Amino acid sequence: MRFIFKTDYSQDIRLFPFGGTARFWLGLGLYALIVAGLAHASPIPLGPGHWLGIAAVYAVLFGAVLLRQNANGEGGHAAFWYGLLGVAALTAPFILDLYFTSQITFVYVYGIAGVGLILLLGMCGQISLGHAAFMACGAYTAGLLQAQGFDLLVTLPAAIILSAALGVVIGLPALRMTGIYLAFATYAFAFIVEEILARWDNVTGGNMGFVLSDPSILGYTFDSEAKMYYLALVLFVLTLLAGLNIRRSSTGRAFMAIRDSETAAEAMGVNLAVYKTTAFAISAGMAGLAGAIYAHLLFFISPEGFTILLSINLLVLAVIGGLASMHGAVFGAAFIVVLPQAISLTKDSLPPVVGQLPGLEAGIFGLIIILFVIFEPMGIHGRWMKIKTYFQLFPLYKKGTFKRQKSYMVSERNR
Amino acid sequence: MTRLLGRLWWLLAASATIAFLSPPFLWLAGIMDGAGLTQYMQQVVSGVANGCVYALVALGIVLIYKATETINFAQGELMMVGAFLAFTFITMYGVGFWLGAALAIIGAVLFGMLTDRAIIRPVVGQPVFAIVMVTLGFGFVVRAVVSMIPGWGTDTYALTTPFSGADLRLGTLVVSQDHAAIIASTVVLCAILFVFFRYTRLGVAMEASSENQLAAYYMGIPVKRVYTLIWGLSAGVAAFAGLLLAPITFIHTQMGFGVIFKAFPAAILGGFGSIPGAIVGGLIIGIVEALAGFYLPEGFKDVAAYVVLLVVLLLRPEGIFGRVTPKKV
Repeated sequence: MRFIFKTDYSQDIRLFPFGGTARFWLGLGLYALIVAGLAHASPIPLGPGHWLGIAAVYAVLFGAVLLRQNANGEGGHAAFWYGLLGVAALTAPFILDLYFTSQITFVYVYGIAGVGLILLLGMCGQISLGHAAFMACGAYTAGLLQAQGFDLLVTLPAAIILSAALGVVIGLPALRMTGIYLAFATYAFAFIVEEILARWDNVTGGNMGFVLSDPSILGYTFDSEAKMYYLALVLFVLTLLAGLNIRRSSTGRAFMAIRDSETAAEAMGVNLAVYKTTAFAISAGMAGLAGAIYAHLLFFISPEGFTILLSINLLVLAVIGGLASMHGAVFGAAFIVVLPQAISLTKDSLPPVVGQLPGLEAGIFGLIIILFVIFEPMGIHGRWMKIKTYFQLFPLYKKGTFKRQKSYMVSERNR
Repeated sequence: MTRLLGRLWWLLAASATIAFLSPPFLWLAGIMDGAGLTQYMQQVVSGVANGCVYALVALGIVLIYKATETINFAQGELMMVGAFLAFTFITMYGVGFWLGAALAIIGAVLFGMLTDRAIIRPVVGQPVFAIVMVTLGFGFVVRAVVSMIPGWGTDTYALTTPFSGADLRLGTLVVSQDHAAIIASTVVLCAILFVFFRYTRLGVAMEASSENQLAAYYMGIPVKRVYTLIWGLSAGVAAFAGLLLAPITFIHTQMGFGVIFKAFPAAILGGFGSIPGAIVGGLIIGIVEALAGFYLPEGFKDVAAYVVLLVVLLLRPEGIFGRVTPKKV
């Protein structure tokens, strides 16, 4: 109920609007440190049982304090659950096997790109069919610099900065056009970038692509799945926090003003050129970071990995996840990673006549997109909100609570 | 700044047109030899033929956009279904080319109308972006279903037409009859569409509901039915394009996905929402592609069309024939 009715104006700018005190976060940090120390220095190898125990200790230590509301009437629910999620994320490589660990690593990587796309599309309202190019730029920058012997402390910032610069260039058309025009202007740019990568073969290896080695920081090499998992997790959390912070800053407000009405935003003193370019730069920088990690996860990159299909996949990620909130990036990334796996798993248990049909995967993919837009236009996050509201308001939930007004004329021509 | 870009646009458009038309004069002036001119003309003709197909697919997109403001990413799939229907009737059932073509177009029209009723109607009124995702997903589904149908599948098929194989000789210029048929039938179809929108009751009703939905509704035009008909018309035009494209490429499930990324730039180049714009845009993309493929090094063929799109959009964001409407808050 709290997310519908605003009780406090500073709620808007708080990072976690519904609770979480400084003391809590300090305690959680200490706890994480102790757990990390335990994992590192423990004399016996820790099994799944140990880690469940650690999560249980967390639940007892922090849950009792935080499940009740504090003196200001702010609940501790969110902080408690996010803390539990954090503990689960930190301990996942110890509990799950290698396969699931690497799949979750991919969720983080797509999540990083998803945060960028939600900033651009959900907050600033600028569409881009060119995000594959940003990811490619990040991937190639990281790969080529690594081949020269630089470590992650150089290659990651370089990947981010170069992609952001490319984002500014690709974003320039956004200053003069919107909608479908912008979508295909960005697509045209992305196509040209892809073609350059394929043709500039003495540097990029052309269509053959090239192979990367394990990344390292100051001599510490990320040579196992678990180490890459933690690297991706840290970068994902940092990106998510950056996204949330941008959302509550004046920059984020300007983005939302541009999304809702460019003319009105301009009248209020928002410099359209500056903010649109900023949105593209930030979004592209995040996609570039995702691309760099993606390249290190795959160990091999070629232009074929960064075609329009990747851009479409990222758009689907944002739409299915939910454009309205950063949660959408996580939900969408999980969806994008889980769906193909789930389809190929169920394929084996289906009768071979159905399971071996060509194009089954793409068909189910398309069908899910259609069903989502028809039945749940707010994405997985929207559905989650509805379920949450249903239980919070329990006997009082009405069917029309989230019903959206349908409009007759949705003309973009006179916008 | 805007004025400067606007002037640059006219300068660029004029010089591009002059460069495009110059070879015959260069030949007259003795700078270019006869063989060079023939080669140039040859490329232009094949570019125009390809451009006609892009133009027809773009035309279908624009028809739907103008009337319903739906950006249809599944237009290429409508074309693909049309081509597969033609293949079924003509080659598999052997009913003859003309009857088979007519049946394929009728089938595609019905398919388009069904699409509107089943897929698009439930999402009307939602944000444009949501509808775009629906059409994108619908494209995935259609491609998957077509590849599952026995007899269609993932193979490539060739369609033989009465025009296949023979060439038309105009002096030194050799035009394959397929290309000639594409160009001629595109001209005829455009003329028919022009007459339809100008002089028939239904055509005028379609124009009216694309101008202003609500006003058209008040004037007694059954807007919903008109929309279904427009989807049918657009799918019919797409099937026509598929019929024309089939002899010069092949019929396969991915044929629509390739063409759509040329047809959208064509529609945008001409000004999204303008019917003559879609035709001109398609021709420009086709000609640029053919000339770049012949005169520039390998790899420029696909890029050239997008470079032209970017340059035009940077100088003239509304496209060549685009309408600029004042913004309202």
